[in-house]
Formats: sequence, structure tokens, C-alpha cells
Amino acid sequence: MIAGLYIDGNSVLHRAQAGPKILAMVALGTGVFMVPDWPVVSLVLASVIALYRLSGFGWRVIIAQIRPMAWLLAIFFAVQLWLNDWQAGLLVITRIAAIVMFASLITLTTKTSDMLASLERALRPLKPLGVNPEKVSLAISMVLRFIPVIATVASEIRDAQRARGLDRSILAMIVPLIIRTLKMADDVADAIEARSFD
Amino acid sequence: MIRFENVSVQFDQRRVLENIDLALGEKRIGIIGANGSGKSTLVRLLNGLQTATSGRVLVDDLDPAKDGRKVRRHVGFVFQNPDNQIVYPVVEEDLAFGLKALKLPRDEINHRIDEILARYDLLDFKTHPSHLLSGGQKQLLAISGVLVMAPRYVVFDEPTTLLDLRNRNRVERAIADLDQTVITVSHDLDLIAEYDRVLVIENGRIAVDDRPAVAIARYREMMA
Repeated sequence: MIAGLYIDGNSVLHRAQAGPKILAMVALGTGVFMVPDWPVVSLVLASVIALYRLSGFGWRVIIAQIRPMAWLLAIFFAVQLWLNDWQAGLLVITRIAAIVMFASLITLTTKTSDMLASLERALRPLKPLGVNPEKVSLAISMVLRFIPVIATVASEIRDAQRARGLDRSILAMIVPLIIRTLKMADDVADAIEARSFD
Repeated sequence: MIRFENVSVQFDQRRVLENIDLALGEKRIGIIGANGSGKSTLVRLLNGLQTATSGRVLVDDLDPAKDGRKVRRHVGFVFQNPDNQIVYPVVEEDLAFGLKALKLPRDEINHRIDEILARYDLLDFKTHPSHLLSGGQKQLLAISGVLVMAPRYVVFDEPTTLLDLRNRNRVERAIADLDQTVITVSHDLDLIAEYDRVLVIENGRIAVDDRPAVAIARYREMMA
């Protein structure tokens, strides 16, 4: 789940500031799309995997990052194989894998609060234009926080509707989900206010 | 000291609270009543989440309707569902949320977080995703998020409703151990049985205001 990716540690990457890590992610993402050779991109991917090991993560964690996108990579490879050749297929999937793996590594080694603090700093120059960095940061943290909560609510509603024989009705799922989410939004707003955030 | 001076609250055409006059100085105050009786509205007036239609509320001589920000620093509020109260995805980040709003130095924030987590045996969960905590741990985290701000008053709005017996007992002990003045709205009559004073609210009015044994007995009769 998005909200729970950070794993405590004391590696160089864990200790590094969030800002430079995010910049490195942007640089890597841009860089791999500028390089047209699959062996070079494969080397980048291998380096990213080596960074996982240097950051104290075992193969289980590494495989857990690749597994959810394996079927997608397989489709991309197949399409490239059909339209071009196997080298093009390898180039596409190593690019995607390198970017996703590096992004996951940054998330695994950076606390959400540190990332949001960097974002707040980056947005500070926009204050005169009416941008409130603290509110932007709070909004992002709440998205991360409430994804699992809303997923749980959706699951409860699905079970309740299934028990009533309404498991095929999209309306029976969507309407209570929206109502409960709006009610939750009211309660969360109260809680935030009660915790002295203005 | 908390004072309600002839306070009424009206939503559209419906009177939710009517001419409430109260002075609350006890350390433990329980509020009970049927659903929709107005008890939650009564406590929401204490930190400005709700404003009175007429009359005024004073918390240590401050009016939450006018000095909401100041009052909220002294009146913590724990809601029924901790999922709606935990704002950040990681335990320590959520605890830091209110403290950052107080503009405390980082060292002080860290010290307070460690202290409160140790108090509720949550230190091992400091860097855990908050959504993976159990229901009881979430409620203790929600309570911690309030206590870490060092309020003078803590309002609990049905804090044990969603909990199993073990976690309910943990929360009861946590509340009992507090140094602060506690105001608890609850349907859980055992939770407030040892309090100093219990109010029974009925149709927006205070029907009974007495020691717990008397107030609870009267409430049982009313609900029979």
C-alpha cells in the first residue's frame, strides 16, 4: 500500500535529504529516456538494484517491488517484440523497471514527512502567488493516509451489499461510498480544526 | 472552569440545545443521553467546532466562538472514530502534526512524541503506517495526538464505541490516568461510573445533573 512503504534504516540513502533524492529520481527518469541502448539502461537498472542492497534491503523487498508490474512489463515486451524487435522490447521494459524501482527505493528510504517538508520548501517561493505550502503538504499527506481507509470502507460496503444480494449493482456500491466519504471528510475537517491547524 | 451561559443551539428550525446554564469545575464529567439528544453538540461548543445560536460558552474565561485558536490549544478533542482523526500515514508523523502547528522546535517535538508513545506502549510502532494499527492502538494514537499537545481539558466523544472489551478497558485506563480535566460523552455507562459528575441530556436540556450513581439510575429509568 502506498502509505506504508517507508522501511526504517540507517543507510546512506536513509540519511540523505529528501530533496536531492527526488531530484535524482527526476534526473534518472529523464536520463533513461535519453539513452537509446538497452545494455546501458540495463546497467542503470542493475545499479538501482545494487542501491537496494547497499540500503540494507533483501531480495524479498526487491522482488516485491517488481512483482506488481511484471505482467505489465511482459505486455510491453510482447508488443515491442511484435512491432519492432526484442532489443526494443528490452529497452522499454528496462527503462520502466529502472524508473519504478528507483522511485520505490526513494519511497522506501524517505519518510513521507521528509518528502512533504521538501515539497513545502520548494513551494515556499510561490507564497506571494497565493500558494499555501503547508496546506498543499497536508492535502498530499491526507491522500496517502486515506487511500487505505477508503479502500476499507469500500470493502465493507461491498460485503454489506453482497450480503443483500446486490453484488452486481455499481450504484449500490458508489452511492454509499460517496455518502460515507463525504461524511468522513466532514469529521476529518473537524478533527484537523480541533488539532489547532488553521 | 467551563461555563455555559444560557446557551442555545438551533439547526435550521430544530432546537438542539435549549438554555443551558452550567458551571463545570470537576475533574471528571460524564455526559449521557439518547441518540440525537444534543450531547455531542454540547461538547463541540467547548472548542468552537460548534457555535451557540444564543448565549455564550467560556473556557477559562475565553469564548471559543471568538478565540477558537487559543481555546483549541487548551481543549483536546478525541472523536469516536480514530480513522477520521489520524491525518498522517505514519504514526510519528501524525503525532508531529499538531506540534508543528504550535511551531515547537524539532527536539521538543521528538521528545514529546517519544514520551507519549512510551506511555501507551506504542514506541515500537513509531515508524509504522497508522492504517495498519489495531482499532485499540488507533484510538490510543488518536488520544496521544491530543495529549501530546498538553491540553488542560480533554473531551472524549464516545471513545469506546468501536472497540472490543480489551481495547475498551485500555482506553478506560488511559482516561483514568490523565491529569487533565476530562469530559466524556458516552453510551458506555461503566466508563463514567466512577466520575465526579454526570449530566443526562434529553431533548437539548439537562434532565439530570448529579453524582454518577444517581444520574445513571435516573437515565436507566428514563430509557426503560
